[in-house]
Amino acid sequence: MGGATPERSLDAESAEWVDRLKVAAPHREAGVRDLHGLLLRAARREVRRRGAVTAVTGRELDDLAMQAADDATCAVLAKVDQFRGESRFTTWAYRFVVLEVSHKLGRHFWRQPRAALSEVDWNRLPDVLGTPPDQLVEVEELTRAVRRAVEDLTDHQRTVFEAAVLRGVPLEALALQLDTNRNALYKTMFDARRKIRTHLVANGYLADEVREEVSDRE
Amino acid sequence: MSDWPALDAFLRTDPADVGCDEAMRVLHVYVELVANGEDAATPYQGVTSHLRACGPCGDDFEGLLALVTDPPADGVRKSLRRKLRGRR
Repeated sequence: MGGATPERSLDAESAEWVDRLKVAAPHREAGVRDLHGLLLRAARREVRRRGAVTAVTGRELDDLAMQAADDATCAVLAKVDQFRGESRFTTWAYRFVVLEVSHKLGRHFWRQPRAALSEVDWNRLPDVLGTPPDQLVEVEELTRAVRRAVEDLTDHQRTVFEAAVLRGVPLEALALQLDTNRNALYKTMFDARRKIRTHLVANGYLADEVREEVSDRE
Repeated sequence: MSDWPALDAFLRTDPADVGCDEAMRVLHVYVELVANGEDAATPYQGVTSHLRACGPCGDDFEGLLALVTDPPADGVRKSLRRKLRGRR
């Protein structure tokens, strides 16, 4: 679903934020300071939440939170005139800081030594997806079938699939390496997944449930 | 016919999936519906589908939901408020 999100009249707190942050607002500096404080607290919370799955720790993590808060503050100030009250102001502003943290952690991925060393490893597939312990032989056979399907992908689809799935590179980090964005990579992965599934269905490895549902009804 | 449900789920694609850009564009609206216990899945079916399939966007959703449902406290203001209350 695309389309417009519903506009609402601003609640009192949101209206106060917007009034304080407008370019011509009196005492705007204090408003900006409060906004930065709000987003810094949010950024620190968010980097801590994600910290368990990243190699960024300690002071580096706090620096990252500060940079995310700085950039999110600038983004909010640049777009405050576009805020239409579809949500509370703070929810809207938090979104900027969450996306900044996500983006900056993607950058950090390439500074980790293991990032440069990781190679395509087909043995990762069962680990990444989760292997039923009583079906190891079947999983090996399916992994070989997936590998054959991946060979039929376009070069770009294969590069993205191998990096994201078999080398464990986060999409945000891969987007930086390939000079593209997360959305474009997701679409590439979307098409790759669909092609691989079509290949596996055509070769009898997976059930084509849509066709089976149709034949059940007949 | 093989049975590896995790692989099947991973490869399955939903035509309604809106992709990362659209999901992130409306994430604040979607999160507030979820946080308020309202129905987000019906008006934003394609976003729901995307957040299930896209790990990074799903993580962003979790992060924003956590901030909205349990906002980080303003320690300085809280302590100041406590002091002011104490003087009254």
